Amino acid sequence: MSTPHEGRDEHADPHLQHHFGSMVQQYDSGKFGMWLFLVTEVLLFGGLFCAYAVYRANHPEIFAYAHQFLDKTLGGLNTLVLIVSSLTMAMAVRSAQLGQQRRLKQMLAATLLCACVFLGVKGVEYEHKWKHGLLWGTRYVPQGEAASPASTNATAVETTAGTVAVPADGGTTLPHAASGPEGLADRPQAGHDGATSGGHGPAGPAPRNVHLFFGIYFVMTGLHGIHVLAGMVAIVWLLRRSAAGEFGPGYFAPVDFVGLYWHLVDLIWIFLFPLLYLIH
Amino acid sequence: MSTHDAVAAPPTAGEANYLNCSHGFRSWFFTLDHKRIGVMYLASILSFFLLGGILALLIRTELLTPTRTLMSADDYNKVFTLHGAIMIFLFIIPGIPAALGNFVLPLMLGAKDVALPRLNLASYHLYLIGALIAVLSIVQGGVDAGWTFYAPYSTTTNTAVVTLTFGVFVLGFSSVFTGLNFIVTMHKMRPAGMGWFDMPLMLWALYATSIIQVLATPILGITMVLLIVERVMGIGIFDPALGGDPVLYQHFFWFYSHPAVYIMILPAMGIISEVVSVFSRKHIFGYRAIAYSSLAIAAFSFLVWGHHMFTSGQSELMNMIFSALTFSVSIPSAVKMFNWLSTMYKGSIRFDTPMIYALSFMFLFGIGGLTGLFLGSLATDVHLHDTYFVVAHFHYVMFGGTVIAFLAGLHYWWPKMFGRMYDERWGRISAIIISVGFNITFFTQFVMGSQGMPRRYYAYVDKFEPYHVISSIGSYLMAAGFFMTAWYLVKSLYRGRPAPVNPWGGGSLEWQAASPPVMHNFTDEPVGGDPYDYTNQAYDPALGGYVLRKTEVSDR
Repeated sequence: MSTPHEGRDEHADPHLQHHFGSMVQQYDSGKFGMWLFLVTEVLLFGGLFCAYAVYRANHPEIFAYAHQFLDKTLGGLNTLVLIVSSLTMAMAVRSAQLGQQRRLKQMLAATLLCACVFLGVKGVEYEHKWKHGLLWGTRYVPQGEAASPASTNATAVETTAGTVAVPADGGTTLPHAASGPEGLADRPQAGHDGATSGGHGPAGPAPRNVHLFFGIYFVMTGLHGIHVLAGMVAIVWLLRRSAAGEFGPGYFAPVDFVGLYWHLVDLIWIFLFPLLYLIH
Repeated sequence: MSTHDAVAAPPTAGEANYLNCSHGFRSWFFTLDHKRIGVMYLASILSFFLLGGILALLIRTELLTPTRTLMSADDYNKVFTLHGAIMIFLFIIPGIPAALGNFVLPLMLGAKDVALPRLNLASYHLYLIGALIAVLSIVQGGVDAGWTFYAPYSTTTNTAVVTLTFGVFVLGFSSVFTGLNFIVTMHKMRPAGMGWFDMPLMLWALYATSIIQVLATPILGITMVLLIVERVMGIGIFDPALGGDPVLYQHFFWFYSHPAVYIMILPAMGIISEVVSVFSRKHIFGYRAIAYSSLAIAAFSFLVWGHHMFTSGQSELMNMIFSALTFSVSIPSAVKMFNWLSTMYKGSIRFDTPMIYALSFMFLFGIGGLTGLFLGSLATDVHLHDTYFVVAHFHYVMFGGTVIAFLAGLHYWWPKMFGRMYDERWGRISAIIISVGFNITFFTQFVMGSQGMPRRYYAYVDKFEPYHVISSIGSYLMAAGFFMTAWYLVKSLYRGRPAPVNPWGGGSLEWQAASPPVMHNFTDEPVGGDPYDYTNQAYDPALGGYVLRKTEVSDR
């Protein structure tokens, strides 16, 4: 299928497919296709950003309240990790173009490592949310202090960890969380004071339908996480091919295209982080 | 789908062509050849057209009487849902671009293949996977939410919504990949001598279609994801009981699905542009106007989705804006219509089957387009919303427009695709039967709708019974026309006269390739030029087709 067709001007590059006249045309086509694919990815997330905008415009209080349950430190760390991974990815592309085989493999491996770290940190964050019942829709059952404003007993968090009860009545009469769970997040309004954090909520009484924020949070970060996973699969594929020494100055298109995809995944997180973690 | 292997190759000088150059299931199912992928798409979409058509006949038969005729009300809901979903997502959307477009696009460019053949194959495989998942929902008991899957009903009904919507999600990727591939192909694979305005108008239409596919379909994807997440996880984003907004679902859905009707109609208009010119033996009138109007329709298509929600509680200001924008779509549509008519003016029109379909298209699309203005006006829409008037309008545009144009294109390129001529007499007869049957079926629905017959109803008041009976009789007539078409097309594969290279005297490059084309499309480099210039063509009775005049050939 990629056997070169005889009688063409290019010297027979084994990567040149039969229907292209030259490697340049093939590379340009692939790159253009990749950019168009990225457009569709932006639009895919665009739907979610649109949903975010609608709900934030209609219910700003939900976002102002609920975002405080997110851990800015971990989110910031993940942002840093992804930015570094974009750098290593860009360097991998450069190495492929220059034919530096060893460096290419190193950079791809570094990118893969960053992706693992990102997902690991994301997993820690998800686990916190899960433990405290800060989930979506009917599964939003704030545990511990979030569930019962009167309770100042931090051990409640431990005893109810992992058990998430779904209310039978469809969730319209959700308990109003009057205070946030302890130790989950920094609280800029209240100041970082661990001793008094159990006394009152992050920003006063919880508004209705806080679960909408977590619904959007989980869908957006979840879809982004799936994209990170897909990127990791692509990087493993690149690693296998670069181990065979397939890439060099004459043929580096796959590295370039995966790089573009990876930068987009990074870029989407750059938007997700402030929109979810850093709002007021 | 497995019928292609049985396709007999016509004896064209014993030369290997794309149909017989290799054999076996794998040589088709894993082919990278755009022609074979196009043929596989064609067989698949026609299979689903048959399935959707049978469901349509079930609907019409059920509606023969005001109460139960064949099935229960629940089954009726499932049947019309599946009819809509199968026809929209499995037939019309991939119909012209992925089946006919895949076949003719590289040929029209004089290229060997689309730019990204593996993506093309992936698109077909995704189509099959998505189609199988969608059909699986029938096994799971069907879906009764309507093809639009409006929340909150779609999130609360206990039918197989998740399966069907996941199928639609996968089919969306298939559609995106086809569109993406076509855009890249047209940008990067045009031969040196072919500028943008030297392309056949079919390619402009496919280009505009592809833009919509690439820009709108991801929104459908995320909408289906949100719907699935809503059902599976109870995320509450469309559920008013949880503070969600069901109208947001409608916005998301129509942000895709309105442009999607232009995914369906634009390539149809491309076919008509080709057929009208070729069968009038006259240069297309207003080439640039038609090309730009395709792009204009694509651009407007993104700005009118709100006209589906005039009665959903949108603000009056939004309603007014969307109404005005909806009216503006009629401008580029009319530009095309008048250019086609001007092309026919003083042409020497030949009433071959593709041209009969093209004329039928203009008549039916004219009615469909004009009744769209009734629905785009705020005051009349309140009266007509959710009645059979909408059903009739939609079918006039989608069936009278797209399906009729698809048939025009199928007959036009059939000799090129399979190297055989079909029976022209039967072709004309069934084209007329289908058009007449269509009008009987759906014109009565305009009348019913304007009198207040609501769509999707299982039981109805007695006064509508005569209309429903007439409509159903029309649908049986149409079905007869389709079975005739299927019969003579299949027969032509075995008994048809071998097709000449250029049976209709078309000027675009695909008519320089052999019928059927060889594996890499062209044995000699095709000679470019104005695709609508017929002055050099002469009919050769010995060949049964057109050849370029000798003098002209020697000049080159």
